[in-house]
Amino acid sequence: MNARTETDLLLPPMHSPAHLSNTHLDALEEETIFILREVAAAFERPTLLFSGGKDSLVLLKCAEKAFGAGRIPYPLLMIDTGHNFPEVTAYRDQRAKELGAELIVRNVEDSMKRGTVRLAHPGESRNAHQSVTLLEAIEEFRFDALIGGARRDEEKARAKERIFSHRDSFGQWQPKDQRPELWTLFNTRLASGEHFRVFPISNWTELDVWQYIEREHVGLPSIYYTHKREVVERRGLLVPVTELTPPRDGETVQVRDVRFRTVGDITTTCPVESLAADAGDVVLETLTVDVSERGATRMDDMTSEASMEKRKKDGYF
Amino acid sequence: MSATTAATPVTTDVHGDTGTALRFITCGSVDDGKSTLIGRLLVDSKTVLQDQLAGVQRGGETDLALLTDGLSAEREQGITIDVAYRYFSTAKRKFIIGDAPGHEQYTRNMVTAASAADAAVVLVDATKLAWAAEVEDGTVVKRELLPQTRRHTLLANLLRVQSIVFAVNKLDAIGDAGLAFERISTALNAFAEAAGVQVAGIVPISALKGWNVATRHADWVGYEGPSLLELLEELPVTAQDEAVPFAFPVQWVEKFSSSADTSQGRRVFWGRVASGHVEPGQRVTVLPSNQTATVAQVLSHTRQPKSVHAGHSAGIVLDREVDVSRGDWLLAPDAFEPVREITATVAWLDDEPLVAGRVYWALQGHRWVKAKVARIVDRVNITTLESEPTTQLEANSIGDVVLALQQPLAVLPFAQSRALGSLVLVDTASHKTAAAVLVQPAAAKA
Repeated sequence: MNARTETDLLLPPMHSPAHLSNTHLDALEEETIFILREVAAAFERPTLLFSGGKDSLVLLKCAEKAFGAGRIPYPLLMIDTGHNFPEVTAYRDQRAKELGAELIVRNVEDSMKRGTVRLAHPGESRNAHQSVTLLEAIEEFRFDALIGGARRDEEKARAKERIFSHRDSFGQWQPKDQRPELWTLFNTRLASGEHFRVFPISNWTELDVWQYIEREHVGLPSIYYTHKREVVERRGLLVPVTELTPPRDGETVQVRDVRFRTVGDITTTCPVESLAADAGDVVLETLTVDVSERGATRMDDMTSEASMEKRKKDGYF
Repeated sequence: MSATTAATPVTTDVHGDTGTALRFITCGSVDDGKSTLIGRLLVDSKTVLQDQLAGVQRGGETDLALLTDGLSAEREQGITIDVAYRYFSTAKRKFIIGDAPGHEQYTRNMVTAASAADAAVVLVDATKLAWAAEVEDGTVVKRELLPQTRRHTLLANLLRVQSIVFAVNKLDAIGDAGLAFERISTALNAFAEAAGVQVAGIVPISALKGWNVATRHADWVGYEGPSLLELLEELPVTAQDEAVPFAFPVQWVEKFSSSADTSQGRRVFWGRVASGHVEPGQRVTVLPSNQTATVAQVLSHTRQPKSVHAGHSAGIVLDREVDVSRGDWLLAPDAFEPVREITATVAWLDDEPLVAGRVYWALQGHRWVKAKVARIVDRVNITTLESEPTTQLEANSIGDVVLALQQPLAVLPFAQSRALGSLVLVDTASHKTAAAVLVQPAAAKA
């Protein structure tokens, strides 16, 4: 399977980057491709976590370059909270189909039916509960490596994580006991039941991602670019008005020009005010931004300094 | 596939820098101010965003160290446990910082950070040393640097971090800062000379106040040189190992589903060129099968280059079917002598000590072989820099060992080639990465 014909390899790229001399992006891309190939070769049952978000679409672009379109040697895995922006889900499915990739979707709602996920109250965010569904999927498919699009510049706990991050049989990250990672000699040895989380775009920043999206013409769900949306202002964030996030008493609904810097569960993701209509505009905006990606957009990360670390210890990716 | 694809190969030469970003680490002892220094670099280069700055306000004061110590365990203990990677840029270049922990217990994380670094900034805390001590009988009282300063400098040098910079911190807290800086510089130079370490600069700084970090602090302690950041902007990125014959570890084997010309091999061998360069027409020997073949095509992920140089990924198609799998090496013929025994310096990283006679897994390139510790030659005393006899190597120590390999490997001294001279040892029971292994010149074998 996944074999290319010889002539496939001789085709020139669709968009030659020859006119740009951004060697930093070239180096990042090369590092990412090296890691993607290493996962394909070193593990028996890897998978690529694919949400349809910008980071996973960049990863997929690099995978396309590493293996050739239509020949990515691992399935894509989506853990679905059921609370998605429809533009993102539609784009996710379209992209998987275009690439001929296998897309596995596992739902938090199914875990709720099984009783493995219990919400404290019906309105509770399902975002943190993804870990349970994810670990169930790992067990079901016996995945030994999960590739994720997390970046070290996103968050302080992420900044500490190895590229090949070892997880025990409960899916737990042990930040005090990470394996040394020397040169590019990746120790991929596992005991039964353990797995790795692998982060090929660890060294990319939000700006690098947008510059790459611009350079490589990576397509994104439309909500990454400016659009008019009903929002309410809440604790400095612009909360989108949806069925799941209705306005509270006393809040005024306004229509604003916004875009999303990051997408995830509807109940935790906020847009920012912006008129950026394409990747070039976003690059310029990112250069002058004064609030971090998560600070501007995530309701859940603000609850505790260490909330990401805690969730990762619990098996969150 | 697109229809607009007349197969005209783009013939580009892929070589040169792998990027202009400088990867540097900060190291040194606990509380020498590494996290504060990085916080200062991030704040002064305007990389820190408002919400992040708001997150490190404590009682009205900004605690810069909190910008990097991201784990709750680190906040509890007030120390850095693992490497935090940070990204910032100035008008001149991009930087990737590895903020390495100072605690001896976490030396393995410092070694992790150093293995990928172009430069190391070793912090020296001026307030921890008795610099005010006077001259006795015309000779300066011998002043010792802290063990972790020595250890980190030695490790960075051992791992061939190209530029080592000392940043003498907290001089603002010392009465006679000029004298202290002069004496510390003398001690650092003497230590570096004895250890064979080339020093790229010694910069007096106050991380807390921002003196000489991003901008120069004029007329201070007699120092006229650049600020730390100005120095870092000019440092070179790690050069690839030039003048080493072609060597290529096979990472991944891709099969063609069809081939117009069946006289050629029907597989592409993907990997990163470890040394030298590769171009069509070149002869190669396969390790371990010992067969030879000629390179028919060289590919990169986007184009068909004329040649690919060390440090870059390439796909290699050979002119005929030969036995090659992941882990094998393609080598310039007659340039390497595969060996079954190597003498190497190891930085022992595991909590379980190295045991002579025990078998470990060794990884070189993408090849795993069993390696037995035939004997321990010696251990480095990090204070005296002298070799001393030992029967075991404990965590965080450096020593020389002889390894017997189950299968032959092509190696070169680490000083000559990073890729052919570096291995890791992995514990066969715990699967933990136990050691960084640096191959010694064969002549060093006792």
